[in-house]
Amino acid sequence: MPTEAEITETIVIRLRALVPPGVEIGPQTSIMGDLGLDSLTVMNFVMWLEDVFDVSLPMDRIVEMETVADLARALQSLGAKEAS
Amino acid sequence: MSILDKFEALRHAHEALQELGADPFAVCFDSVASATEGTVAGRPVLIFGSNNYLGLTCDPEVVARGVSALRAFGSGTTGSRIANGTYLGHRTLETRLAAFFGRRNAMVFTTGYQANLAMMSTLAGRGDHLLVDADSHASIYDGCRLGAAEVIRFRHNDPTDLARRLRRLEGEAGDRLIVVEGIYSMLGDRARLAEIVEIKRAAGACLLVDEAHAFGVLGENGRGAAEEACVEADVDVIVGTFSKSLGGIGGFALSDLPGFDVLRLACRPYMFTASLPPSVAAAALAALERIERTPSLRRTLHANARRFYDGLAAAGFALGGEAGPIVSIRLSDTPTAARFWAALLEAGVYVNLALPPATPTLEPLLRCSVTAAHTTAQIDYAVETAVAVGSHLGAIGERRSIDG
Ligand SMILES: Cc1ncc(COP(=O)(O)O)c(C=O)c1O
Repeated sequence: MPTEAEITETIVIRLRALVPPGVEIGPQTSIMGDLGLDSLTVMNFVMWLEDVFDVSLPMDRIVEMETVADLARALQSLGAKEAS
Repeated sequence: MSILDKFEALRHAHEALQELGADPFAVCFDSVASATEGTVAGRPVLIFGSNNYLGLTCDPEVVARGVSALRAFGSGTTGSRIANGTYLGHRTLETRLAAFFGRRNAMVFTTGYQANLAMMSTLAGRGDHLLVDADSHASIYDGCRLGAAEVIRFRHNDPTDLARRLRRLEGEAGDRLIVVEGIYSMLGDRARLAEIVEIKRAAGACLLVDEAHAFGVLGENGRGAAEEACVEADVDVIVGTFSKSLGGIGGFALSDLPGFDVLRLACRPYMFTASLPPSVAAAALAALERIERTPSLRRTLHANARRFYDGLAAAGFALGGEAGPIVSIRLSDTPTAARFWAALLEAGVYVNLALPPATPTLEPLLRCSVTAAHTTAQIDYAVETAVAVGSHLGAIGERRSIDG
């Protein structure tokens, strides 16, 4: 099982590819608020993470999540498997 | 400071659209001459943006049966289906719908939106799992939010992703309800039902198909996408509406599940709203009978759809989905889409403008729809007009290179 830190790292690397170069991204970054991503991009991003860690994030959990750390914690608590 | 301040961004987006000369949200038909012709701001328009697939809104018999029920039963029921709002017309409509679909039970709702609210929020309860297609209609998403089940989205029309998500649920308690649409309303693509029912069976899940756009349109008898795919026996619940091919308003849910009727006492969107006016129920029944009697309507619809789709495809437009009554022109950006839409209206062709986030991707769409009532001359005029406007705006073929 990957650690929260490992999951965070995967999230951050992927998010970097979605925003202009140089944008700071860390555990406390708000995915919608700070990065200005539209809801469709976020949905596709979440689906990509679900594949990577082989879990499904229920919609009510997705709505609650704001920061990168929230997302990493949710993925871990749902039993994220080793990144594939 | 106002309580409406939170809508500032929405207001700005709307104003930006208006500055481009388009306000699709403010279109008002001030007269309707037929299922395909009306006037907007005094200007005659051909209607290529509706869900009136069989053109039954102005069918003389449908109208006459509505009028006669209006006279016999009055303007409304003033009550819910489980109080004073069930009339003979509602009962008859349920019996006839059940017979049409070959199902044991039918429930009629005031709208299709409410039928979906009811089914999503009641069939799946706390501890159950709803697996919904990511491109589902708002009524499905809203129904999910109204209920207490866990909601999982799967990638649009992707049976492999659905199977993967069901596999992840293995060992967990609770029922699984898969929700798909027969025809998806924005691009007109059809659910991959043959594969989906295989997965459903293997997982021991229930399957609900919203046939809103496919009822009266697909299948030998018009029973929808499940009939077309020969998988009706594997569909546990069908949801549908009278607001599209039947040309009226009202929703329904059908099932063979024993004891389905108990939902009449459990579905809040059934219990806490007034029932359909008897005239509307009577008109819907007349339209259903018309569909049963006149299968040629469906053939005309598909021939018309093909003509329209082929005309636009030949001109090089990037189209969504497959040839069918919903034909969506995919465009690259909102300003082009807004100008395109406004120019079409100016030239007398009304279509629907669909903008993200209401669209499946970030592309805006000109959602066009064809009906059995369109003449070939009307279709050809609409195609020619779209080609002329599209070429002028440089909007033809532009997506090809990007999508590969
Ligand atoms: C797929 C789908 N389901 C349900 C509905 C709701 O139907 P109604 O107009 O009867 O509320 C619609 C219509 O917008 C739809 O497109």
